[in-house]
Amino acid sequence: MTPLAGYLLLSAMLFAIGLAGALTRRNAILVLVGIELMLNAANLNFIAFWRFGSNPEALTGFMFVLFAIAVAAAEAAVGLALIIAIYRQYRTANVDQVEEMKG
Amino acid sequence: MTPAFALIAILTIASAVAAMTFRNLVHCALAVALTFVGLAAAFLQLDAQFAGLAQILVYVGAVAILIVFTVLLTRGGEPGNDPVFSARWLTGAAVAVAVFGVVAGCVMASGFTNRDAGNAPEITVKQIGEALMTKFVLPLEVLGLLLTAAMIGAVIIAMKDAGRKTRVEDGGWKMEPANPPSSILHPPSSSGGKP
Repeated sequence: MTPLAGYLLLSAMLFAIGLAGALTRRNAILVLVGIELMLNAANLNFIAFWRFGSNPEALTGFMFVLFAIAVAAAEAAVGLALIIAIYRQYRTANVDQVEEMKG
Repeated sequence: MTPAFALIAILTIASAVAAMTFRNLVHCALAVALTFVGLAAAFLQLDAQFAGLAQILVYVGAVAILIVFTVLLTRGGEPGNDPVFSARWLTGAAVAVAVFGVVAGCVMASGFTNRDAGNAPEITVKQIGEALMTKFVLPLEVLGLLLTAAMIGAVIIAMKDAGRKTRVEDGGWKMEPANPPSSILHPPSSSGGKP
């Protein structure tokens, strides 16, 4: 079986890719996708630590992932609704062009 | 490292990179769905069958479809030949690389991460249900409230301005007519917001 480090490195890599996407993409949808990738990387960490931990029968890390999946789904729904509202107002989903509150 | 894990890792990372770099947004959405499938496979590898199947149901079944719908609804705003990355992409990429370096260094330096897993835990759906109804019942209720609020909020945010209530002289309320579709397609430039 793969050691814990393999899963942690995969999760770190996914987090870095999601962070890079959220920081550099100009389209708001892709920024949200990057945030989803980061959340998923955290979920993978939870599951890996739960599986390799000393007491997996307590189900703590597992339950945390179930709740995190539900919260992330709610976040995605609200975030995409906001993007649609912004698109209606500005006719663009480009985060660089929505700069009304820029000082 | 088993071949199965190597395959899953390569699939997940390659599709994540593709999702973040493709120009066509529909391709990005399909690539991110593939990433979610890869993560579900990793969950299954870790003997978390319930979480893996929930991941497929929620992410591949719902979130990816939601992303595709949003891409299709915001079609007009796609960049033709504009760059897909922002002007200061180098800073963002450097931050991401630095974060990965720090996390990976910590993982490698830790002695804890070399341990092997014990026997696969026998987790049945019955046990999960019992835990949800006893130990985790308060978070479950809060989560139900949160999902309801998020659903109502998302519908209200994305809803069209279907007429605005205004106060009239005799104390009652009057509904203003909704915007005709033409004003949605071609908004007046004063309310466009973009200079």
